[in-house]
Amino acid sequence: MALLEIRDLRVGVEDREVIRGLDLNVNAGEVHAIMGPNGSGKSTLSHVIAGKPGYEITGGQILFRGENLLRMEPNERAAKGVFLAFQYPIEIPGVTTMNFLRAALNAQRKARDQQEFSTPEFLKRVRDVADSLNIPQDMLKRGVNVGFSGGEKKRNEILQMALFEPSLCILDEIDSGLDIDALRIVASGINALRSPKRAMIVITHYRRLLDHIEPEIVHVMSKGRVMKSGGKELALELEACGYAQFEDAA
Amino acid sequence: MKQVLPKADTERAIDSVFAAARGRMPGAGLVPQIRARAFEVYERTGLPHRGMEDWKYTDLRALIGEVLPLAPRPNAEALVRAKVSAEQVSADQAVKLVLVDGVFAPELSDLGRLENEVVVRSLREVLENSATEAIAGLVLSTTNDSAISLNAAMATDGLVITVADGNAVKRPIQIVHVATGLSVSTFTRSYLQLGKGAHAAIVESFVPAEGASGYQANDAIIALVGDEASLSHIRVAADASDAVNISSAIIAVGARAKLDLFSMTCSGSISRYQGFITLAGEGTKLSANGVNLIRDKLRADTTIVVDHAGPHCTSREKFRAVVDDCGRSVFQGRIVVRPAARKTDATLTTRALLLSDQAEADNKPELKILADDVTCGHGATSGALDDTLVFYLRARGLSEKDAQMLLIKAFFGESIEEITSEKLRDFVTAQAEHWLQAGR
Ligand SMILES: Nc1ncnc2c1ncn2[C@@H]1O[C@H](COP(=O)(O)OP(=O)(O)OP(=O)(O)O)[C@@H](O)[C@H]1O
Ligand SMILES: [Mg+2]
Repeated sequence: MALLEIRDLRVGVEDREVIRGLDLNVNAGEVHAIMGPNGSGKSTLSHVIAGKPGYEITGGQILFRGENLLRMEPNERAAKGVFLAFQYPIEIPGVTTMNFLRAALNAQRKARDQQEFSTPEFLKRVRDVADSLNIPQDMLKRGVNVGFSGGEKKRNEILQMALFEPSLCILDEIDSGLDIDALRIVASGINALRSPKRAMIVITHYRRLLDHIEPEIVHVMSKGRVMKSGGKELALELEACGYAQFEDAA
Repeated sequence: MKQVLPKADTERAIDSVFAAARGRMPGAGLVPQIRARAFEVYERTGLPHRGMEDWKYTDLRALIGEVLPLAPRPNAEALVRAKVSAEQVSADQAVKLVLVDGVFAPELSDLGRLENEVVVRSLREVLENSATEAIAGLVLSTTNDSAISLNAAMATDGLVITVADGNAVKRPIQIVHVATGLSVSTFTRSYLQLGKGAHAAIVESFVPAEGASGYQANDAIIALVGDEASLSHIRVAADASDAVNISSAIIAVGARAKLDLFSMTCSGSISRYQGFITLAGEGTKLSANGVNLIRDKLRADTTIVVDHAGPHCTSREKFRAVVDDCGRSVFQGRIVVRPAARKTDATLTTRALLLSDQAEADNKPELKILADDVTCGHGATSGALDDTLVFYLRARGLSEKDAQMLLIKAFFGESIEEITSEKLRDFVTAQAEHWLQAGR
């Protein structure tokens, strides 16, 4: 059984169909890249998988380990192992990163009938992950993403991913706003999480990220559909020729 | 303010309450005259009503309906109930001074734990025994606010607290106002004098005893803060949900002093907290903050007037309201900068979080700047919880309810975090979180 199975998905936003019959199968252990022009529906797809309200699902289904994902609350999805690193991580003033991480991790563990981490155990985990991502400790004491630079916000998303150990990681333009060094750090953080039990969907506009995180499969998305899927050479082809050929087909 | 309105029935009723209560008002010598004058001042305008600019959102004349008879002195049974409630709101390590139904109850208070640096007497004792005209005038001082005049006329008891020059009081002093009665009114008044360079923290709590209901509390605190002195005043009102609470603070601050004010209202059918702070000297720092937490049909009005009279003073105000159901919050913040108050630096922000469609919040920041070379600013917003924030938290595993609670805590926390003492911050946070849990 595929970890994630999307069949003929159709999604409307404010009376416009933005996802128009999309199919996608992702198996555990695989890394998929999704590329596609601005407005083709990549973020919409990731939001719908994570359960963001405001989208109308007009057709199709999403199965996660064979279960109907669309019927679950966003927090149930998180507890079952779905994680979305947002294209635009938001700021939460007044909630320190540390308190946020603890509340989120414990909520997920509770939903899975696992024991909450003790405080020292939790702190050690956070510290280890933060160190590996070059995130200074004092950043964790600030409000979630408050006053963080664009790159710091992205690193904070990966910090959460590493801490929550999800089985499906969706990374929506994790490379945007990262300088070259930060890209390397983030990519190695992501690579460290690759495992036969875990799948990743990497949404990006740039081949460079895929040089760091080599995908098994590359999909080209345009106008709300997967127009073509192939190996990583597809990313090179896109870089050379652009999206025009796929848009015509749509 | 000059508007003449016909007297409402409620006010005729209050005349008779005053007449009936006169015999119970403490005060020797000139005190009865001072009280009679205060009552006359009150009578000129009567109960505050919407025709008065400062009371336009809280029309007591329309809202209170009737003025209730003065609460009787608490009997032994009432004191037993009061003791339970007073203990429930004890702040960590604070020295408790308990007023029950407007009467100081030494048997419930920690007089023995008072530090030598502070002198505490009951208002009754001061007015009956040793008040010179000057002291009586200070203790019973009024403004042109008729609720305060009424309080001066009617106050049955309270605490007179003095800290001499240079003395630092380490433990917070907590005045606990407990109401035990049904449909009665109480009038309390306290006076605080901090000498030059003195330090103190005063906490005031308002709570009902079990069975108390429908009471009206009118409290006032008059404070004089000396040069280089530092005062924290933290107030938490958690009255019965059918009670009325009108509290006034009149605070005059000297030069190079520090004043931290915080007021939270988390229950009471109709609540009004009004603070009048005059920064009279130069170089003083004021931090004035507060939170209204409101649900059901309750309403809470917090009105703060900061009067910059001296130069080089800083004032920071951060006010937050969380309003659910059909609740209504009012925040009025006026900053006056007098011509002499050069280099004033004053800012005020007020934000309201509306948790239901019927919830209402009125924010009225106001600047009156009469000096040059000042930095002043204010901001006011109100709105619902941000859905994108709620979703972010849900996507990380929190249930919708827990996500909302976390964001609400963060919201009122923005104001509570301004309390400098960690212990008192925790004390206030615990009560705010208790309010939050109770409604979920
Ligand atoms: N909340 C919304 N309201 C209106 N239109 C929306 C909304 N969300 C998405 N859309 C529209 O849906 C389409 C797809 O948007 P989406 O953000 O999914 O694109 P994307 O592929 O992620 O683009 P980019 O590469 O720029 O991130 C766009 O035309 C966008 O304007
Ligand atoms: Mg996008």
